[in-house]
Amino acid sequence: MKIHVPNSAFLGNIDPFLKGFDPTDPDSLHITLNPHWTSVHPLVLSMIGALGLTVKPENIHIDKLVARSSHYFVRMGLYKLLNISCGTVIQEHAPEGRFIPLKQVRTSDELAEFITEMIPLLHSDPEQSKTIGYIISELGRNVLEHASSQHGAILCAQFYVKSNTIRIGIADVGLGIKKTINESHDAKTDLEAIHLALWPGITGTTSAPGGTAQNAGAGLFFIKSIANLNKDFFVIYSGNGFYKLLAQKSDKVKLNADPFEDRHSKSDQLPYWQGTLVGIDISLDQTREYSELLDAIRDIYYALRKTKKSHKRPKFI
Amino acid sequence: MKEINIYERIGEKDFAENKDIGKRIRIEEIMPELEKNNKVVLNFDKIDRASQSFIHSLISDPIRQYGDNVLDIMLFKSCNDKVKEMIKIVLGYLQDAIDKKDG
Repeated sequence: MKIHVPNSAFLGNIDPFLKGFDPTDPDSLHITLNPHWTSVHPLVLSMIGALGLTVKPENIHIDKLVARSSHYFVRMGLYKLLNISCGTVIQEHAPEGRFIPLKQVRTSDELAEFITEMIPLLHSDPEQSKTIGYIISELGRNVLEHASSQHGAILCAQFYVKSNTIRIGIADVGLGIKKTINESHDAKTDLEAIHLALWPGITGTTSAPGGTAQNAGAGLFFIKSIANLNKDFFVIYSGNGFYKLLAQKSDKVKLNADPFEDRHSKSDQLPYWQGTLVGIDISLDQTREYSELLDAIRDIYYALRKTKKSHKRPKFI
Repeated sequence: MKEINIYERIGEKDFAENKDIGKRIRIEEIMPELEKNNKVVLNFDKIDRASQSFIHSLISDPIRQYGDNVLDIMLFKSCNDKVKEMIKIVLGYLQDAIDKKDG
């Protein structure tokens, strides 16, 4: 496998980077870097980390580290995760307030512990930290529950001071969305599977309305809705399929049940990714109130109703 | 009547997100009481927010098995507005699903 890290790859311009990924020869991984500098979305790091875990450390080759980008890869924990030497000694600083290094999460308890530990690391407003915790929880649990990957979920996050944005990337090398969703549905392509997975109420665990006792098929819809309301990017890539929610331009953002009705780009021609990658940006300047998000999501479910029968109300005491 | 303190069950955290714990609470504590037609109080005191997955794992099976009448004996205590709203969302789609099934 080959992957080239350019000088810039964020969600807005990530397409060329993903198109350049070469998944052939899965027993080795060759990573080349822009020789001058690199500044990339955590999704790129999570992707490389997840790929590297499928290859013996001795079969991973990374271009000799040069320039400032070398520090970045070391400090984000790439070499540590892959158990390889970077060939140089770099003074590591405490990550508080800036980034969450690459983390491999394989169990439910590990994820719960990670969420508790990571929130103080980002030093953001408590409300915003909780939204970030929510995103990591739902995405992480999706991987642990559906991906069936022995390597679990690989994730990292970084705070960007200039744009006041937190960017999160999570990757797995598991079954992929198409295989998972097709346990109960009939998606012909990876993109069709992504389309289904983003709809509220569609899960691979059942075709019955309302889901199962453990799954409702709402997690990805909630995450996409958070990005949508905050006018942020959200990317999901699985198999050959790729969907990118583009930053909404209008002041009044409308949530849609159908992800293809949102402002987006998509492709079903990307190099094959065995598993799923998700990237999201959270601009802290425009993070909407959590309660506003829940109101908007409730409106979507209401709009999808086929019945006018009123709901029985819960008793809050 | 059985009262279940969610904050204590999830390890004294204010974010209820671990759906595996939700499942355990449902199977070991909620369903046995409902089977006996006993009242169950889910106490969300000190919980700041709950994920959709967590709430779903707690209450979807009771609704599926007993219909919305279970809401007469399954009560929600000390919920803040965010937790209330999430419970309403989950109950909403679950009740719609029952209506669809019934048809």
